[in-house]
Amino acid sequence: MPRVTFTANLQRHLDVPSLDVEGARVSDVLDQVFARQPRLRSYIVDDQGQLRRHVNVFVNSAMVSDRAGLSDVVGPDDEVFVFQALSGG
Amino acid sequence: MGELLLAATRKGLFEVDASGKAPLRCLGFLGDPVSAVLQHERGGATYAALNLGHFGVKLHRSDDFGVTWRELPAPAFPAGMAPEEKSGKAPSVSLIWTLAPGTPGQPDRLWAGTIPGALFRSDDRGESWQLVESLWNQPSRSEWFGGGYDDPGIHSIVVDDDGRIVIGISCAGVWISEDDGETWTLGGAGLEADYMPPDRREDPVIQDPHRLAACRAVPQTVWCQHHCGIFRSEDGGRNFLRITDVAPSAFGFAVAAHPQDPKTAWFVPAVKDECRVPVDGRLVVTRSRDGGRSFETLTEGLPQEDAYDLVYRHALDVSADGMSLVMGSTTGALWLSGDAGESWRLISAHLPPIAEVRFAQRP
Repeated sequence: MPRVTFTANLQRHLDVPSLDVEGARVSDVLDQVFARQPRLRSYIVDDQGQLRRHVNVFVNSAMVSDRAGLSDVVGPDDEVFVFQALSGG
Repeated sequence: MGELLLAATRKGLFEVDASGKAPLRCLGFLGDPVSAVLQHERGGATYAALNLGHFGVKLHRSDDFGVTWRELPAPAFPAGMAPEEKSGKAPSVSLIWTLAPGTPGQPDRLWAGTIPGALFRSDDRGESWQLVESLWNQPSRSEWFGGGYDDPGIHSIVVDDDGRIVIGISCAGVWISEDDGETWTLGGAGLEADYMPPDRREDPVIQDPHRLAACRAVPQTVWCQHHCGIFRSEDGGRNFLRITDVAPSAFGFAVAAHPQDPKTAWFVPAVKDECRVPVDGRLVVTRSRDGGRSFETLTEGLPQEDAYDLVYRHALDVSADGMSLVMGSTTGALWLSGDAGESWRLISAHLPPIAEVRFAQRP
């Protein structure tokens, strides 16, 4: 079952432990996560369900290519990482 | 003075005791950009809008003045909207720029003004939000554009006790509703956009009012700090007169209107749009007490050399009795006046950049 891991930077806003969820595509996997933690949805995708501009999703070490539909394939032993771009000041 | 001040900053929401008897403290969201704050007069709930950048806009409410906060669903466009012609993308809220309460008869009502120029309404203290489609679907919206941001933004929402609403949009002018937001008309006649070609300069739909403020007791008086100067309306924002000969400058972002006296308002000038720092390195507040015919330059307690502080749209507020003012700068300084701006006291020079200041009351 794919595992989804979130950037530690999200932990200060809400509880987001790594989760093992079913899904063959990134969108399915994230929908499963959002079903368990509805507040998390708006932190990762915008009003239209598209990946927020500075949020990056990796399947293993490959950044997803479909940021709008999140249709990138996820295998049963894959790990999905949800990170964000660095910024500050 | 016995008042509390709230400062929404780039790194948290801060509470300041105006009397100085208690130290400044963080009320919440330390490290996070707070884009707007509102303490609802009726009920006392405190609302804080966050701009988490990567993680989007958020909205929180506290019913115990910051002891605990609860995240509410932020105003958001309905999913599945068609892509916008200009951007090719379906809309999404990128900033909650201002929050406003409803009328005395609407204790659960909230309004939220946002970038990209959408107005949202809640009738349940922020638990749910509806896009005000009557404004979003205005045919002229294809001509609106961003003022300092990529997209247009609603920065001012003035609601009088009878439910008349006047909003200011950068850059889409001044819009008025006489029926609680069901329908809208474009106001702002008389505003002038020097940044446009000559035949568009007086077009009301492309104006950039930086901030609107109405006299609470006489809401037909609306002051406008515009990108191109200072304007004043005596008919609720339908028509404005340009105020000229304002020293040291008519450029700025903030305006505060006296709550009872329609002839009095305060501004914080900067040089001009190409140079947004105090004139001659002197931070001043200007005040008119005669409806804009003349202005006083108020300096006592404010830095008069090497000052590069800028006071942004929402970072000037006046108390309900018109005697106290608070202003906060993008340089993280906070000043308080207890004598209608005659003199100022520095509260802190070490806050993060300040987006909004509000007088508040401890419940």
